[in-house]
Amino acid sequence: MSERPDGRKFDEMRDIEAKVGVIKKANGSAMFRIGKTIAIAGVYGPKEVHPKHMEDPEKAIMKCYYNMYSFSVPERKRPGPDRRSIEIGMVMKNALLPVVNLKEYPRTAIEVFVNIIQADAGTRCAAISAASMALADAGISMKDMVSSVAVGHVNNEVVVDLNKEEEDVEGTTDMPMAYAPRMNKITLLQLDGKISKEKLKKAISLGMKSCKKVYEIQKKALKEKYSNNGE
Amino acid sequence: MSKLLIKEKEIVIPGEKIAEGMDFLPSTGTFREGESIYANKLGLVELKNHITKVVSLKGYYMPKRGDTVIGIINYIGYSGWDVNIGAPYDASLPVGEAVKERVDLLRGDMSRYFNLGDVIIANVFNVTKSKIIKLSMRDYSLKKLNGGRVIKISPSKVPRLIGKSGSMVGMIKEYTKCDINIGQNGFIWINGPIEGQYLIEKAVNLIEEKAHTSGLTDRVKQMLEEGVKNE
Repeated sequence: MSERPDGRKFDEMRDIEAKVGVIKKANGSAMFRIGKTIAIAGVYGPKEVHPKHMEDPEKAIMKCYYNMYSFSVPERKRPGPDRRSIEIGMVMKNALLPVVNLKEYPRTAIEVFVNIIQADAGTRCAAISAASMALADAGISMKDMVSSVAVGHVNNEVVVDLNKEEEDVEGTTDMPMAYAPRMNKITLLQLDGKISKEKLKKAISLGMKSCKKVYEIQKKALKEKYSNNGE
Repeated sequence: MSKLLIKEKEIVIPGEKIAEGMDFLPSTGTFREGESIYANKLGLVELKNHITKVVSLKGYYMPKRGDTVIGIINYIGYSGWDVNIGAPYDASLPVGEAVKERVDLLRGDMSRYFNLGDVIIANVFNVTKSKIIKLSMRDYSLKKLNGGRVIKISPSKVPRLIGKSGSMVGMIKEYTKCDINIGQNGFIWINGPIEGQYLIEKAVNLIEEKAHTSGLTDRVKQMLEEGVKNE
């Protein structure tokens, strides 16, 4: 069987690095690197809501911002928010909302900022994984963690964690997904391209399996931060 | 069959299973789903009889009724003050709860009693469901703190700073010859010789960093002894 462009197996992810507490001034922060994609997430809050009319007396509101730096891609990206980043912010918010206990913080806002400093496909997945770690690091009450990875259909094979080279192949199907392992819930599932019913089922189960691996890495990173300086 | 899956003082992440079976009870930082108990936050597991608790390592102060807190006056209103107590919300302190004498609101200048930036020690009198916080100062120990300054520690580490029946704070007082007032919200008011204040700040930072390790009192004692010698 033919191999993938970078020599990985079909169910093999790129190497992952996760780190917690990278931003000093944030309440919680995390870095998540998968292959060449690097996402840095910072969580601020719970804090007062501005503008005031958005305040909810029963629960907190969550705001997610996704931003790609101009130097993150081979060709300079025009800096500032655009259609794509606003949409991904919304997608991230929807992926994280099912796990955050917003009712514990009435009348507040929780702000999540994710910056992509290097992009090589799968940025929204890296962003969600990083954001979930940053939320946990900020001490925010959550029902579960969210782990995220992309699956896809490249050259007639179901593969996990596509890189840019694979994503650009003609007829590729890209499926970012986010998964809460304990609740066994998929919180994000997008589909870009065409895929058959059987392949879709296979892709989803492969994605869930891979998300569990991401979860273990997130768990290790969160625990390491506090056991390291504890000796 | 009930069993504990995590040892005491171990770090858990949100969604991690702490115990199985109905013999254990959830408390702050934990919740039950089905027959198992899961963590809500990133923090250390504490066990008291059969009650499981997760003490978070970070995060804002969440006011509880009956807490004694240190606050900084943030705003002077018509019939009271807004006080910053380190929570995501400002607390309100009505005149009636703060001043013993009768105050003519029409004529009185409220800053006579407390001005902006003044430090007070007060009691959390009531917290509503939507986190409207009322403070009270109807006790001989609750007063305005003159002079000095305020430093901060995360609220979950306040018990370590105080120590068993005040051992830690007693020791710090003895070595530094400073006045210390600690609020449950993690605000610490200190006053006294400047060298002492500097030492307290160092001690607080040490506690903040190493709060979850054993032998903390000895380490702080060593630091204080060295500090006193160097003067």
